[in-house]
Amino acid sequence: MKVKEVVEIISGELICCESMNEVEVQMGFASDLMSDVLTLDSENVLLITGLANLQAIRTAEMSDISCIVFARKKKISKEMIELAKESNIALIECSSSVFKAAGLLYAAGINPVY
Amino acid sequence: MHFEFDIEAGDFSKVGYASSQLKKIMKQLVGDHKIVKRVVVALYEAEVNVVAHAYSGKVIIDINTDKIEIKVNDKGPGIPDIQLAMQEGYSTASEQVREMGFGAGMGLANIKNNTDEFYIKSEVGVGTSLTIIANLITE
Ligand SMILES: Nc1ncnc2c1ncn2[C@@H]1O[C@H](COP(=O)(O)OP(=O)(O)O)[C@@H](O)[C@H]1O
Ligand SMILES: [Mg+2]
Repeated sequence: MKVKEVVEIISGELICCESMNEVEVQMGFASDLMSDVLTLDSENVLLITGLANLQAIRTAEMSDISCIVFARKKKISKEMIELAKESNIALIECSSSVFKAAGLLYAAGINPVY
Repeated sequence: MHFEFDIEAGDFSKVGYASSQLKKIMKQLVGDHKIVKRVVVALYEAEVNVVAHAYSGKVIIDINTDKIEIKVNDKGPGIPDIQLAMQEGYSTASEQVREMGFGAGMGLANIKNNTDEFYIKSEVGVGTSLTIIANLITE
């Protein structure tokens, strides 16, 4: 599934960056615990989190995660956008809960990592 | 090749800088991106530990054709019981660290899992030294 379809399905807003719209994601993982995310060895993973800080972006960078959905109306800061641009990570804001965003994406065919 | 980076403890806005620089370097040198990911994830958790648990630290990286060796040395309180600290779930992390998305006691175990060799030395009241080694050539 492409990033732009993810945005549509969860009625989110792509904050960074337009150029990421066509990137493919296959699997999803939801956590607010970055240590948990750092144990994954899958690729093309989409992360759903309620943790809106620089560590979420760094964690995605290290884990080769190309798309992060920030659920429950968490706001993405300017610093987060700058860091995400350096590493080509798509950042999506979404007003649903983590549970709802995950459910919608699961129903639309995003597979769980495990 | 030899690289060094300083880690300022308590400064969560910069944590991951050394790992990020290493990722850029390794991408140029190492074809197998799974190896790159394992090494930078290990270094990232090690950086987080310095910021979360120590006062200041230094990352020393040596890359050869067949392996990478990383030392993370910090000045800090040290670890009184390394065996206990290595156990998954054991953590003395502060509320602030947990709010950053860490502090579940999974870091050291994950560092070990992501490297081929892992050594940890610590002196209470002085500091902690990690040495992690990863093979860059897969047979
Ligand atoms: N560099 C360090 N200096 C002092 N204590 C440390 C250091 N690294 C780890 N520790 C101790 O070991 C525990 C476990 O570390 P870790 O597995 O990374 O989990 P976490 O950092 O989430 O607590 C920490 O909570 C801390 O008590
Ligand atoms: Mg840790």
